[in-house]
Amino acid sequence: MPLKAMSDASANTKLSEAELVATARQNATVLSIFKAFLIIGATSFGGVVPYLREGLVTKCHWVDDKEFVELLSISQSLPGLNATNMAILLGDRLKGWLGAVAGIVGVCLPGALLMLGAGMFYRVHGDHPYVTYMLKGVAAAAAGLLLATVIQLGKKSLSHRFDLVFVLVTVLAVNRLHLGVPKTLLIVGLLAIFFHYPRKSEKESVNQ
Amino acid sequence: MNQLPILVRVFAYLSLLTVGGGMAAFPEMQHLTVNVHHWMTSSQLVHMYSVGQLAPGPNMMMIVSIGDWAVWEASASKALGIVGGLIVVVAFFGPTALLALIVGRAWNKLDKWPWRRSIQQGLASVSVGLLLAGTLSMAKTAVTGWTTGGIALAVLLTMLWRKVNPALLVLGGAIAGTIAFMPK
Repeated sequence: MPLKAMSDASANTKLSEAELVATARQNATVLSIFKAFLIIGATSFGGVVPYLREGLVTKCHWVDDKEFVELLSISQSLPGLNATNMAILLGDRLKGWLGAVAGIVGVCLPGALLMLGAGMFYRVHGDHPYVTYMLKGVAAAAAGLLLATVIQLGKKSLSHRFDLVFVLVTVLAVNRLHLGVPKTLLIVGLLAIFFHYPRKSEKESVNQ
Repeated sequence: MNQLPILVRVFAYLSLLTVGGGMAAFPEMQHLTVNVHHWMTSSQLVHMYSVGQLAPGPNMMMIVSIGDWAVWEASASKALGIVGGLIVVVAFFGPTALLALIVGRAWNKLDKWPWRRSIQQGLASVSVGLLLAGTLSMAKTAVTGWTTGGIALAVLLTMLWRKVNPALLVLGGAIAGTIAFMPK
């Protein structure tokens, strides 16, 4: 019966991984959620997603990779930032709304304090010539960084060539026609959603 | 003092525009904070946003400085300024947090709804467009000549070709800017 033994063994390793997550979830407290997200909020230099995975999957074992990707995709399709939406979704799954509050406060606190300090410094010393030279470089770098992020996101999330038309129309509506973000979101958003209306063949590919 | 209710209204509204990322709300944020309420100038806003790229955590934390400045300016009190910063964070993250909580709980039901996929795919293109629109309006203030254009292009190409920590590239931009603009 080698087949049965093998399937038993693989069932065992799967179980132990699932068990690891189950135990970690049971031991999660509001305080431990706050601490985990506080550490992510204080160390995630240059983009928060890899630090979220490291903290939540690898260190805390609160979710496995599959659930992490699922939570991330919910986070990305809702308004709000990835980091804060993740904190809400996972905090809520672990400890209800109190866990959600602990997560979002933790992940926001370090950056908020830092930016409060940076803002105060800039208000007093912002017109010092050397601060101006530096900030010109920082702003230019940030613009390049943003454009790279948009390109990478577009490559990953656009599924149809025609989607580029929606991207272009959105940019024109906001920056040229000054239609405003809410109206653009409503009009172009609805058009794009109807363009991707549920087709039979796509329904099957959802389950693959 | 009476800046507080305005700040709450403005940032709760901006909160709901952050579809796809914080930058989607940037054109509207620029319009409201610079043209309508005169809390900052355009270049101050872009500077604070860019410095924010060096801070850890969610990347729109520069909103704290807007709240701080708006109240600090109006009341001439540093302590009240801090309250302004705090209020802005709650207003900016509260509405989307509540939405995430509700949708997160209903997700298992939504998962089987055929239109969910249509909404996700449709919104993907619009949110890329909104982020691009935000990026372009920010770049209009940030890229003003050959030097800043060169720094932006260098960062863009490095990001597309190599895996580098973005915070390091922003630091690199600070150094390049200082050397380039420093009086010789």
